[in-house]
Amino acid sequence: MKKLTSDEVKHVAKLAKLELTDAEVEKLGNQLSETISYVDKLNEIDTSKTKPTDQVSGLKNRFRPDVIKPSLKIDGYFKVKLILNKNK
Amino acid sequence: MKKLNQLSIIEAKNGLKNKDFSAVELVQACIDRIKEVDTKVKAFVTVCGDKALDEAKKSEGGTKPLSGIPFAIKDNFCTEGIATTASSNILKDYLPPYNATVVARLQNAGAIIIGKTNMDAWAHGSSTETSDFFTTHNPWDISKLPGGSSGGSAASVVADETIASVGSETAGSIRQPSAWCGTVGLKPTYGRVSRYGVIAMGSSVDSPGPITKTIADTAAVLNVIAGSDSFDATASPRPVENYLEGLDKPIKNLVIGYSDKYFQVADKEVAQKVKEALSVFEKLGAKIKEIKLFDPQYAIAVYTILQRSEVSSNLGRYDGIRYGLDRTHFGVEAKRRIMLGTYCLSAGYYDAYYLKAQKVRTIICQDFARAFGEVDLIIGPTSPSTALPLGSSKNHPMFGEVADVLVEPSTIAGLPGLNINCGFSSEGLPVGLQIIGPQFAEKLILNAGYQFEQATPELKIKPKL
Repeated sequence: MKKLTSDEVKHVAKLAKLELTDAEVEKLGNQLSETISYVDKLNEIDTSKTKPTDQVSGLKNRFRPDVIKPSLKIDGYFKVKLILNKNK
Repeated sequence: MKKLNQLSIIEAKNGLKNKDFSAVELVQACIDRIKEVDTKVKAFVTVCGDKALDEAKKSEGGTKPLSGIPFAIKDNFCTEGIATTASSNILKDYLPPYNATVVARLQNAGAIIIGKTNMDAWAHGSSTETSDFFTTHNPWDISKLPGGSSGGSAASVVADETIASVGSETAGSIRQPSAWCGTVGLKPTYGRVSRYGVIAMGSSVDSPGPITKTIADTAAVLNVIAGSDSFDATASPRPVENYLEGLDKPIKNLVIGYSDKYFQVADKEVAQKVKEALSVFEKLGAKIKEIKLFDPQYAIAVYTILQRSEVSSNLGRYDGIRYGLDRTHFGVEAKRRIMLGTYCLSAGYYDAYYLKAQKVRTIICQDFARAFGEVDLIIGPTSPSTALPLGSSKNHPMFGEVADVLVEPSTIAGLPGLNINCGFSSEGLPVGLQIIGPQFAEKLILNAGYQFEQATPELKIKPKL
Protein backbone atom coordinates (compact mmCIF):
# COMPACT_ATOMS: atom_id res chain seq x y z
CA MET A 1 0.00 0.00 0.00
CA LYS A 2 1.27 3.43 -0.93
CA LYS A 3 1.63 5.57 2.19
CA LEU A 4 1.52 9.35 1.90
CA THR A 5 4.12 11.14 4.01
CA SER A 6 2.98 13.93 6.33
CA ASP A 7 4.84 16.41 4.09
CA GLU A 8 2.80 15.23 1.10
CA VAL A 9 -0.43 15.57 3.08
CA LYS A 10 0.56 19.09 4.20
CA HIS A 11 1.40 20.03 0.60
CA VAL A 12 -2.04 18.89 -0.63
CA ALA A 13 -3.70 20.77 2.25
CA LYS A 14 -1.81 23.89 1.19
CA LEU A 15 -3.02 23.50 -2.41
CA ALA A 16 -6.59 23.09 -1.12
CA LYS A 17 -6.23 26.05 1.27
CA LEU A 18 -7.17 23.91 4.26
CA GLU A 19 -5.59 24.35 7.67
CA LEU A 20 -5.14 20.95 9.27
CA THR A 21 -4.12 20.09 12.81
CA ASP A 22 -1.34 17.54 13.31
CA ALA A 23 -3.98 15.00 14.33
CA GLU A 24 -5.90 15.68 11.11
CA VAL A 25 -2.73 15.35 9.00
CA GLU A 26 -2.17 11.94 10.57
CA LYS A 27 -5.77 10.73 10.23
CA LEU A 28 -6.50 12.14 6.77
CA GLY A 29 -3.11 10.90 5.60
CA ASN A 30 -3.99 7.34 6.57
CA GLN A 31 -7.45 7.55 5.01
CA LEU A 32 -6.09 9.12 1.81
CA SER A 33 -3.53 6.33 1.52
CA GLU A 34 -6.26 3.74 2.04
CA THR A 35 -8.52 5.26 -0.62
CA ILE A 36 -5.69 5.70 -3.12
CA SER A 37 -4.71 2.06 -2.73
CA TYR A 38 -8.32 1.14 -3.43
CA VAL A 39 -8.62 3.19 -6.60
CA ASP A 40 -5.33 1.76 -7.84
CA LYS A 41 -7.35 -1.29 -8.87
CA LEU A 42 -8.21 0.65 -12.04
CA ASN A 43 -4.72 -0.25 -13.22
CA GLU A 44 -6.03 -3.78 -13.73
CA ILE A 45 -7.95 -2.40 -16.74
CA ASP A 46 -6.13 -1.80 -20.01
CA THR A 47 -7.02 1.68 -21.27
CA SER A 48 -4.10 2.14 -23.65
CA LYS A 49 -6.47 2.42 -26.61
CA THR A 50 -9.38 4.15 -24.83
CA LYS A 51 -10.29 7.81 -25.10
CA PRO A 52 -11.38 9.65 -21.94
CA THR A 53 -15.03 10.67 -21.38
CA ASP A 54 -15.29 14.04 -19.69
CA GLN A 55 -19.03 14.45 -20.09
CA VAL A 56 -21.91 12.25 -21.17
CA SER A 57 -24.44 14.77 -22.47
CA GLY A 58 -23.20 14.48 -26.06
CA LEU A 59 -23.78 18.22 -26.43
CA LYS A 60 -21.21 20.71 -27.64
CA ASN A 61 -20.96 24.42 -28.35
CA ARG A 62 -24.36 25.42 -27.04
CA PHE A 63 -24.95 29.04 -27.89
CA ARG A 64 -27.81 31.41 -27.25
CA PRO A 65 -28.54 34.88 -28.64
CA ASP A 66 -26.48 37.53 -26.85
CA VAL A 67 -29.33 39.73 -25.63
CA ILE A 68 -29.59 41.74 -22.43
CA LYS A 69 -32.12 40.35 -19.96
CA PRO A 70 -33.13 41.58 -16.49
CA SER A 71 -30.49 40.73 -13.89
CA LEU A 72 -30.87 39.76 -10.26
CA LYS A 73 -32.04 42.44 -7.86
CA ILE A 74 -29.11 44.36 -6.44
CA ASP A 75 -30.60 45.32 -3.06
CA GLY A 76 -28.08 45.37 -0.26
CA TYR A 77 -24.99 46.14 -2.35
CA PHE A 78 -22.69 49.12 -1.70
CA LYS A 79 -22.41 51.89 -4.23
CA VAL A 80 -18.90 53.32 -4.56
CA LYS A 81 -17.45 56.08 -6.71
CA LEU A 82 -16.16 55.16 -10.17
CA ILE A 83 -12.48 54.27 -9.96
CA LEU A 84 -11.87 53.23 -13.57
CA ASN A 85 -12.73 55.51 -16.46
CA LYS A 86 -12.76 54.12 -19.96
CA ASN A 87 -11.95 57.55 -21.46
CA LYS A 88 -8.66 57.97 -19.65
CA MET B 1 -60.05 7.29 4.85
CA LYS B 2 -56.61 8.80 4.32
CA LYS B 3 -55.61 11.97 6.14
CA LEU B 4 -54.82 14.87 3.81
CA ASN B 5 -51.05 14.70 4.44
CA GLN B 6 -51.08 11.04 3.41
CA LEU B 7 -52.33 11.77 -0.09
CA SER B 8 -50.31 11.41 -3.27
CA ILE B 9 -50.02 14.35 -5.68
CA ILE B 10 -52.63 12.85 -7.99
CA GLU B 11 -55.06 12.23 -5.10
CA ALA B 12 -54.49 15.71 -3.65
CA LYS B 13 -55.04 17.31 -7.06
CA ASN B 14 -58.36 15.51 -7.45
CA GLY B 15 -59.45 16.48 -3.94
CA LEU B 16 -58.61 20.15 -4.55
CA LYS B 17 -60.38 20.08 -7.91
CA ASN B 18 -63.53 18.54 -6.40
CA LYS B 19 -63.35 21.01 -3.50
CA ASP B 20 -63.26 18.15 -0.98
CA PHE B 21 -60.73 20.29 0.90
CA SER B 22 -58.79 23.52 0.39
CA ALA B 23 -55.09 24.08 -0.32
CA VAL B 24 -54.83 25.73 3.12
CA GLU B 25 -56.20 22.57 4.76
CA LEU B 26 -53.76 20.44 2.75
CA VAL B 27 -50.75 22.55 3.75
CA GLN B 28 -51.98 22.73 7.37
CA ALA B 29 -52.25 18.92 7.51
CA CYS B 30 -48.59 18.62 6.47
CA ILE B 31 -47.48 21.27 8.98
CA ASP B 32 -49.40 19.46 11.75
CA ARG B 33 -47.74 16.20 10.77
CA ILE B 34 -44.31 17.82 10.85
CA LYS B 35 -45.07 19.11 14.38
CA GLU B 36 -46.25 15.65 15.38
CA VAL B 37 -43.36 13.49 14.10
CA ASP B 38 -40.38 15.60 13.07
CA THR B 39 -38.85 15.65 16.55
CA LYS B 40 -38.33 11.91 15.92
CA VAL B 41 -37.63 11.87 12.17
CA LYS B 42 -35.68 15.16 11.92
CA ALA B 43 -36.21 15.42 8.18
CA PHE B 44 -36.41 19.22 8.01
CA VAL B 45 -33.71 21.87 8.39
CA THR B 46 -36.23 24.67 7.77
CA VAL B 47 -40.03 24.60 7.91
CA CYS B 48 -41.80 27.44 6.08
CA GLY B 49 -45.13 27.18 7.93
CA ASP B 50 -46.60 30.71 7.70
CA LYS B 51 -45.18 31.43 4.26
CA ALA B 52 -46.59 28.14 2.95
CA LEU B 53 -50.03 28.91 4.41
CA ASP B 54 -49.99 32.39 2.82
CA GLU B 55 -49.13 30.90 -0.54
CA ALA B 56 -51.79 28.23 -0.11
CA LYS B 57 -54.40 30.96 0.45
CA LYS B 58 -53.34 32.67 -2.76
CA SER B 59 -53.33 29.42 -4.71
CA GLU B 60 -56.93 28.41 -3.89
CA GLY B 61 -58.80 27.42 -7.02
CA GLY B 62 -55.60 27.28 -9.09
CA THR B 63 -55.58 25.03 -12.13
CA LYS B 64 -51.86 24.67 -12.78
CA PRO B 65 -50.30 21.16 -12.84
CA LEU B 66 -49.20 21.35 -9.17
CA SER B 67 -51.50 24.08 -7.78
CA GLY B 68 -51.59 23.94 -3.99
CA ILE B 69 -49.38 20.85 -3.67
CA PRO B 70 -46.90 21.01 -0.75
CA PHE B 71 -43.28 20.12 -1.59
CA ALA B 72 -40.28 19.48 0.63
CA ILE B 73 -37.12 20.68 -1.11
CA LYS B 74 -33.66 19.28 -0.42
CA ASP B 75 -31.58 22.00 1.18
CA ASN B 76 -29.06 22.21 -1.66
CA PHE B 77 -31.62 23.81 -4.02
CA CYS B 78 -31.42 27.60 -3.88
CA THR B 79 -34.70 29.10 -2.72
CA GLU B 80 -35.04 32.87 -2.94
CA GLY B 81 -35.28 34.34 0.56
CA ILE B 82 -35.37 30.92 2.26
CA ALA B 83 -32.18 29.72 3.95
CA THR B 84 -30.26 27.24 1.76
CA THR B 85 -27.55 25.52 3.76
CA ALA B 86 -26.64 22.26 2.02
CA SER B 87 -26.70 21.14 5.70
CA SER B 88 -23.28 22.77 6.06
CA ASN B 89 -21.99 25.18 8.70
CA ILE B 90 -20.37 27.29 5.99
CA LEU B 91 -23.75 28.12 4.43
CA LYS B 92 -25.85 28.01 7.60
CA ASP B 93 -26.94 31.66 7.19
CA TYR B 94 -27.05 31.79 3.39
CA LEU B 95 -30.15 33.40 1.89
CA PRO B 96 -30.01 32.96 -1.89
CA PRO B 97 -31.11 35.93 -4.00
CA TYR B 98 -32.53 33.60 -6.67
CA ASN B 99 -34.32 30.30 -7.18
CA ALA B 100 -32.86 27.12 -8.65
CA THR B 101 -34.51 26.36 -12.02
CA VAL B 102 -36.21 23.29 -10.48
CA VAL B 103 -37.67 25.44 -7.68
CA ALA B 104 -38.78 28.17 -10.10
CA ARG B 105 -40.49 25.58 -12.31
CA LEU B 106 -42.25 23.94 -9.35
CA GLN B 107 -43.49 27.33 -8.13
CA ASN B 108 -44.59 28.39 -11.62
CA ALA B 109 -46.58 25.16 -11.72
CA GLY B 110 -48.32 26.14 -8.48
CA ALA B 111 -46.35 24.05 -5.96
CA ILE B 112 -45.91 25.32 -2.39
CA ILE B 113 -42.60 24.96 -0.56
CA ILE B 114 -43.33 23.61 2.88
CA GLY B 115 -39.72 23.29 3.99
CA LYS B 116 -36.12 22.41 3.24
CA THR B 117 -34.86 18.93 4.01
CA ASN B 118 -31.75 17.65 5.73
CA MET B 119 -28.95 15.99 3.79
CA ASP B 120 -25.35 14.92 4.13
CA ALA B 121 -23.42 18.20 4.25
CA TRP B 122 -22.75 19.28 0.64
CA ALA B 123 -24.44 15.98 -0.36
CA HIS B 124 -21.24 14.14 0.63
CA GLY B 125 -22.55 10.84 1.82
CA SER B 126 -25.18 8.13 1.83
CA SER B 127 -26.42 8.34 5.40
CA THR B 128 -27.56 11.94 6.14
CA GLU B 129 -25.28 11.41 9.13
CA THR B 130 -22.62 13.81 7.86
CA SER B 131 -25.07 16.73 8.03
CA ASP B 132 -23.29 19.47 10.01
CA PHE B 133 -26.56 19.94 11.97
CA PHE B 134 -28.17 16.63 12.98
CA THR B 135 -28.92 13.13 11.70
CA THR B 136 -32.23 12.26 10.07
CA HIS B 137 -33.82 9.02 11.30
CA ASN B 138 -35.51 6.35 9.20
CA PRO B 139 -39.29 6.47 9.77
CA TRP B 140 -39.50 2.65 9.57
CA ASP B 141 -37.14 2.30 12.54
CA ILE B 142 -35.74 5.42 14.14
CA SER B 143 -32.61 3.57 15.23
CA LYS B 144 -31.73 3.22 11.52
CA LEU B 145 -30.30 5.62 8.94
CA PRO B 146 -32.53 7.00 6.17
CA GLY B 147 -29.74 6.75 3.60
CA GLY B 148 -28.53 9.79 1.73
CA SER B 149 -27.63 12.24 0.69
CA SER B 150 -31.33 13.13 0.09
CA GLY B 151 -32.26 11.36 3.35
CA GLY B 152 -34.45 14.19 4.65
CA SER B 153 -36.45 14.26 1.43
CA ALA B 154 -37.09 10.50 1.38
CA ALA B 155 -37.89 10.38 5.13
CA SER B 156 -40.31 13.34 4.87
CA VAL B 157 -42.21 11.65 2.03
CA VAL B 158 -42.62 8.25 3.68
CA ALA B 159 -43.49 9.90 7.04
CA ASP B 160 -46.27 11.82 5.23
CA GLU B 161 -44.84 15.17 6.34
CA THR B 162 -45.26 16.38 2.76
CA ILE B 163 -47.09 15.34 -0.39
CA ALA B 164 -43.91 15.15 -2.48
CA SER B 165 -40.25 16.14 -2.54
CA VAL B 166 -37.31 16.83 -4.80
CA GLY B 167 -33.78 15.62 -4.19
CA SER B 168 -30.60 15.46 -6.18
CA GLU B 169 -28.38 12.56 -7.06
CA THR B 170 -24.71 12.43 -7.90
CA ALA B 171 -24.48 8.68 -7.31
CA GLY B 172 -27.25 7.15 -5.27
CA SER B 173 -28.46 10.24 -3.44
CA ILE B 174 -32.03 9.85 -4.74
CA ARG B 175 -32.23 6.09 -5.31
CA GLN B 176 -30.49 4.84 -2.15
CA PRO B 177 -32.49 6.84 0.45
CA SER B 178 -35.61 5.97 -1.55
CA ALA B 179 -34.67 2.29 -1.23
CA TRP B 180 -34.00 2.56 2.51
CA CYS B 181 -37.17 4.59 3.17
CA GLY B 182 -39.45 2.79 0.69
CA THR B 183 -40.27 5.74 -1.58
CA VAL B 184 -40.31 6.14 -5.34
CA GLY B 185 -37.24 8.08 -6.49
CA LEU B 186 -36.03 8.87 -9.98
CA LYS B 187 -32.56 9.94 -10.98
CA PRO B 188 -33.19 11.31 -14.46
CA THR B 189 -30.73 11.14 -17.35
CA TYR B 190 -27.86 13.58 -16.78
CA GLY B 191 -29.02 16.82 -18.43
CA ARG B 192 -32.76 16.03 -18.43
CA VAL B 193 -33.24 18.35 -15.43
CA SER B 194 -31.34 21.62 -15.06
CA ARG B 195 -28.65 21.86 -12.37
CA TYR B 196 -28.90 25.67 -12.18
CA GLY B 197 -29.09 26.78 -8.56
CA VAL B 198 -28.34 23.36 -7.12
CA ILE B 199 -25.22 23.67 -4.96
CA ALA B 200 -22.67 21.92 -7.14
CA MET B 201 -21.01 18.68 -6.07
CA GLY B 202 -19.93 16.53 -9.03
CA SER B 203 -20.83 18.70 -12.00
CA SER B 204 -20.41 15.98 -14.62
CA VAL B 205 -22.91 13.72 -12.79
CA ASP B 206 -25.29 15.85 -10.62
CA SER B 207 -28.95 15.13 -11.51
CA PRO B 208 -31.94 16.63 -9.67
CA GLY B 209 -35.09 14.49 -9.53
CA PRO B 210 -38.36 13.65 -7.75
CA ILE B 211 -38.89 11.60 -4.57
CA THR B 212 -42.58 10.74 -4.24
CA LYS B 213 -45.16 8.28 -2.91
CA THR B 214 -46.15 6.83 -6.30
CA ILE B 215 -44.82 6.39 -9.82
CA ALA B 216 -47.52 8.64 -11.29
CA ASP B 217 -46.42 11.39 -8.88
CA THR B 218 -42.83 11.08 -10.08
CA ALA B 219 -44.08 11.37 -13.67
CA ALA B 220 -46.13 14.46 -12.73
CA VAL B 221 -43.10 16.15 -11.12
CA LEU B 222 -40.76 15.24 -13.98
CA ASN B 223 -43.26 16.79 -16.43
CA VAL B 224 -42.75 20.10 -14.62
CA ILE B 225 -39.01 20.11 -13.86
CA ALA B 226 -37.50 18.52 -17.01
CA GLY B 227 -36.27 20.45 -19.99
CA SER B 228 -33.78 22.82 -21.53
CA ASP B 229 -32.57 25.81 -19.51
CA SER B 230 -30.64 28.83 -20.75
CA PHE B 231 -28.84 28.90 -17.37
CA ASP B 232 -27.40 25.38 -17.73
CA ALA B 233 -25.68 24.50 -20.99
CA THR B 234 -25.70 20.81 -20.07
CA ALA B 235 -29.51 20.73 -19.79
CA SER B 236 -30.62 18.87 -22.91
CA PRO B 237 -32.60 20.68 -25.62
CA ARG B 238 -34.34 17.39 -26.39
CA PRO B 239 -38.15 17.90 -26.17
CA VAL B 240 -39.79 16.82 -22.90
CA GLU B 241 -42.29 13.97 -23.20
CA ASN B 242 -45.55 13.76 -21.26
CA TYR B 243 -44.44 11.22 -18.68
CA LEU B 244 -47.98 10.73 -17.32
CA GLU B 245 -49.18 9.45 -20.67
CA GLY B 246 -48.86 5.74 -21.37
CA LEU B 247 -47.92 4.69 -17.82
CA ASP B 248 -50.48 1.89 -18.03
CA LYS B 249 -49.26 0.54 -21.36
CA PRO B 250 -48.84 -3.26 -21.15
CA ILE B 251 -45.18 -4.31 -20.87
CA LYS B 252 -45.61 -7.50 -22.90
CA ASN B 253 -42.48 -8.30 -24.90
CA LEU B 254 -40.37 -5.83 -22.96
CA VAL B 255 -36.93 -7.39 -22.51
CA ILE B 256 -35.53 -6.88 -19.02
CA GLY B 257 -31.93 -7.77 -18.26
CA TYR B 258 -30.24 -8.55 -14.98
CA SER B 259 -26.64 -9.22 -14.08
CA ASP B 260 -25.63 -11.77 -11.45
CA LYS B 261 -22.73 -9.48 -10.50
CA TYR B 262 -25.26 -7.01 -9.05
CA PHE B 263 -27.03 -9.70 -7.03
CA GLN B 264 -23.79 -11.19 -5.66
CA VAL B 265 -22.91 -7.86 -4.01
CA ALA B 266 -26.28 -7.65 -2.24
CA ASP B 267 -27.36 -9.18 1.09
CA LYS B 268 -29.19 -12.50 0.73
CA GLU B 269 -32.55 -11.08 1.72
CA VAL B 270 -32.26 -8.10 -0.63
CA ALA B 271 -31.19 -10.31 -3.54
CA GLN B 272 -34.09 -12.66 -2.80
CA LYS B 273 -36.74 -9.89 -2.82
CA VAL B 274 -35.45 -8.41 -6.07
CA LYS B 275 -35.38 -11.89 -7.69
CA GLU B 276 -39.02 -12.33 -6.63
CA ALA B 277 -39.82 -8.98 -8.20
CA LEU B 278 -38.31 -10.19 -11.47
CA SER B 279 -40.91 -12.94 -11.54
CA VAL B 280 -43.63 -10.28 -11.13
CA PHE B 281 -42.32 -8.59 -14.27
CA GLU B 282 -42.30 -11.97 -15.98
CA LYS B 283 -45.96 -12.49 -15.06
CA LEU B 284 -46.70 -9.06 -16.54
CA GLY B 285 -45.38 -10.39 -19.84
CA ALA B 286 -41.81 -9.14 -19.83
CA LYS B 287 -38.97 -11.38 -20.96
CA ILE B 288 -36.23 -11.74 -18.36
CA LYS B 289 -32.72 -12.23 -19.66
CA GLU B 290 -29.43 -12.68 -17.89
CA ILE B 291 -26.77 -10.34 -19.22
CA LYS B 292 -23.14 -9.62 -18.50
CA LEU B 293 -22.27 -6.24 -17.06
CA PHE B 294 -18.90 -4.75 -16.18
CA ASP B 295 -17.98 -5.49 -12.55
CA PRO B 296 -19.60 -2.66 -10.49
CA GLN B 297 -16.59 -2.68 -8.12
CA TYR B 298 -14.53 -0.78 -10.73
CA ALA B 299 -17.21 1.90 -10.87
CA ILE B 300 -16.53 2.66 -7.20
CA ALA B 301 -12.95 3.55 -8.05
CA VAL B 302 -13.93 5.62 -11.13
CA TYR B 303 -16.62 7.43 -9.23
CA THR B 304 -14.42 8.13 -6.21
CA ILE B 305 -11.77 9.80 -8.35
CA LEU B 306 -14.14 11.80 -10.56
CA GLN B 307 -16.39 12.91 -7.74
CA ARG B 308 -13.64 13.88 -5.26
CA SER B 309 -11.85 15.81 -7.99
CA GLU B 310 -15.00 17.71 -8.97
CA VAL B 311 -15.78 18.32 -5.29
CA SER B 312 -12.37 19.85 -4.67
CA SER B 313 -12.95 22.18 -7.61
CA ASN B 314 -16.56 23.07 -6.73
CA LEU B 315 -15.82 23.73 -3.06
CA GLY B 316 -12.91 25.97 -4.03
CA ARG B 317 -15.37 28.87 -4.18
CA TYR B 318 -16.01 28.82 -0.43
CA ASP B 319 -13.35 31.28 0.61
CA GLY B 320 -15.46 33.24 3.11
CA ILE B 321 -15.18 36.40 1.02
CA ARG B 322 -18.29 36.50 -1.15
CA TYR B 323 -20.73 34.53 0.97
CA GLY B 324 -20.70 31.87 3.66
CA LEU B 325 -18.04 31.27 6.30
CA ASP B 326 -14.38 30.55 5.57
CA ARG B 327 -12.70 27.19 4.96
CA THR B 328 -11.98 26.47 8.63
CA HIS B 329 -15.71 25.62 8.95
CA PHE B 330 -15.63 22.58 6.63
CA GLY B 331 -16.61 19.32 8.36
CA VAL B 332 -14.43 16.21 8.37
CA GLU B 333 -16.10 14.58 5.36
CA ALA B 334 -15.76 17.70 3.17
CA LYS B 335 -12.08 18.03 4.14
CA ARG B 336 -11.46 14.37 3.35
CA ARG B 337 -13.05 14.72 -0.09
CA ILE B 338 -11.34 18.00 -0.92
CA MET B 339 -7.99 16.48 0.05
CA LEU B 340 -8.37 13.41 -2.16
CA GLY B 341 -9.69 15.45 -5.08
CA THR B 342 -6.88 17.97 -4.80
CA TYR B 343 -4.35 15.14 -4.67
CA CYS B 344 -5.83 13.47 -7.78
CA LEU B 345 -5.76 16.72 -9.74
CA SER B 346 -2.34 17.88 -8.54
CA ALA B 347 0.72 18.10 -10.78
CA GLY B 348 2.11 14.69 -11.63
CA TYR B 349 -0.99 12.75 -10.58
CA TYR B 350 -3.66 13.99 -13.02
CA ASP B 351 -2.87 11.33 -15.67
CA ALA B 352 -2.63 8.51 -13.14
CA TYR B 353 -5.96 9.27 -11.50
CA TYR B 354 -8.42 11.69 -13.15
CA LEU B 355 -7.51 10.84 -16.75
CA LYS B 356 -7.36 7.11 -15.99
CA ALA B 357 -10.83 7.31 -14.36
CA GLN B 358 -12.21 9.16 -17.39
CA LYS B 359 -10.91 6.39 -19.64
CA VAL B 360 -12.53 3.66 -17.57
CA ARG B 361 -15.66 5.82 -17.65
CA THR B 362 -15.63 5.36 -21.43
CA ILE B 363 -15.44 1.58 -20.98
CA ILE B 364 -18.42 1.64 -18.58
CA CYS B 365 -20.47 3.76 -21.04
CA GLN B 366 -19.63 1.34 -23.87
CA ASP B 367 -20.56 -1.61 -21.68
CA PHE B 368 -24.05 -0.22 -21.04
CA ALA B 369 -24.48 0.68 -24.73
CA ARG B 370 -23.71 -2.95 -25.58
CA ALA B 371 -26.13 -4.22 -22.91
CA PHE B 372 -28.94 -1.99 -24.20
CA GLY B 373 -28.43 -3.56 -27.61
CA GLU B 374 -29.66 -6.81 -26.01
CA VAL B 375 -32.29 -5.60 -23.53
CA ASP B 376 -34.70 -2.66 -23.09
CA LEU B 377 -34.20 -2.15 -19.36
CA ILE B 378 -31.96 -3.50 -16.60
CA ILE B 379 -33.20 -4.39 -13.12
CA GLY B 380 -31.16 -4.98 -9.99
CA PRO B 381 -31.07 -4.21 -6.29
CA THR B 382 -30.70 -0.46 -5.57
CA SER B 383 -28.60 -0.88 -2.44
CA PRO B 384 -26.69 -3.96 -1.24
CA SER B 385 -28.48 -3.74 2.13
CA THR B 386 -31.56 -2.41 3.85
CA ALA B 387 -31.23 0.62 6.16
CA LEU B 388 -28.15 0.34 8.40
CA PRO B 389 -28.01 1.41 12.08
CA LEU B 390 -27.23 4.99 13.07
CA GLY B 391 -23.47 5.48 13.34
CA SER B 392 -22.59 3.12 10.48
CA SER B 393 -20.95 5.80 8.37
CA LYS B 394 -18.57 7.07 11.05
CA ASN B 395 -14.87 6.57 10.38
CA HIS B 396 -15.44 4.76 7.11
CA PRO B 397 -13.84 6.98 4.43
CA MET B 398 -15.66 5.13 1.64
CA PHE B 399 -18.95 4.27 3.38
CA GLY B 400 -20.97 5.99 0.68
CA GLU B 401 -19.16 4.29 -2.15
CA VAL B 402 -19.78 0.86 -0.73
CA ALA B 403 -23.45 1.67 -0.02
CA ASP B 404 -23.80 3.00 -3.57
CA VAL B 405 -21.86 0.35 -5.49
CA LEU B 406 -24.96 -0.70 -7.45
CA VAL B 407 -25.95 2.80 -8.60
CA GLU B 408 -22.51 4.14 -9.44
CA PRO B 409 -22.06 2.43 -12.84
CA SER B 410 -25.30 3.87 -14.26
CA THR B 411 -24.50 7.27 -12.74
CA ILE B 412 -21.11 7.35 -14.41
CA ALA B 413 -22.80 6.67 -17.76
CA GLY B 414 -25.43 9.39 -17.11
CA LEU B 415 -28.30 6.89 -17.33
CA PRO B 416 -31.72 7.30 -15.72
CA GLY B 417 -32.58 5.01 -12.81
CA LEU B 418 -35.74 4.56 -10.77
CA ASN B 419 -36.08 3.10 -7.28
CA ILE B 420 -39.29 1.37 -6.28
CA ASN B 421 -40.06 -0.60 -3.15
CA CYS B 422 -40.22 -4.35 -3.86
CA GLY B 423 -40.78 -5.79 -0.38
CA PHE B 424 -39.74 -5.77 3.24
CA SER B 425 -36.95 -7.54 5.12
CA SER B 426 -37.57 -9.80 8.12
CA GLU B 427 -36.82 -6.70 10.24
CA GLY B 428 -39.65 -4.86 8.44
CA LEU B 429 -37.34 -2.55 6.49
CA PRO B 430 -38.05 -1.64 2.84
CA VAL B 431 -36.08 -3.30 0.03
CA GLY B 432 -35.61 -1.29 -3.16
CA LEU B 433 -35.17 -2.41 -6.73
CA GLN B 434 -33.88 -0.17 -9.46
CA ILE B 435 -34.85 0.01 -13.10
CA ILE B 436 -32.11 1.41 -15.32
CA GLY B 437 -32.65 2.43 -18.94
CA PRO B 438 -30.74 4.02 -21.81
CA GLN B 439 -30.35 7.81 -21.77
CA PHE B 440 -33.72 9.58 -21.98
CA ALA B 441 -35.70 6.35 -21.47
CA GLU B 442 -37.55 7.85 -18.47
CA LYS B 443 -40.91 7.13 -20.07
CA LEU B 444 -40.23 3.42 -20.51
CA ILE B 445 -38.74 3.14 -17.01
CA LEU B 446 -41.81 4.79 -15.47
CA ASN B 447 -44.10 2.57 -17.53
CA ALA B 448 -42.39 -0.57 -16.19
CA GLY B 449 -42.35 0.85 -12.65
CA TYR B 450 -46.04 1.71 -12.84
CA GLN B 451 -46.97 -1.78 -13.97
CA PHE B 452 -44.99 -3.29 -11.10
CA GLU B 453 -46.60 -0.87 -8.63
CA GLN B 454 -50.10 -1.77 -9.83
CA ALA B 455 -49.30 -5.48 -9.55
CA THR B 456 -48.06 -5.15 -5.94
CA PRO B 457 -50.63 -3.03 -4.04
CA GLU B 458 -49.77 -4.88 -0.82
CA LEU B 459 -46.41 -3.02 -0.73
CA LYS B 460 -48.05 0.41 -0.31
CA ILE B 461 -47.93 0.43 3.47
CA LYS B 462 -46.64 3.17 5.74
CA PRO B 463 -44.41 3.12 8.82
CA LYS B 464 -46.02 3.58 12.24
CA LEU B 465 -44.49 6.57 13.97
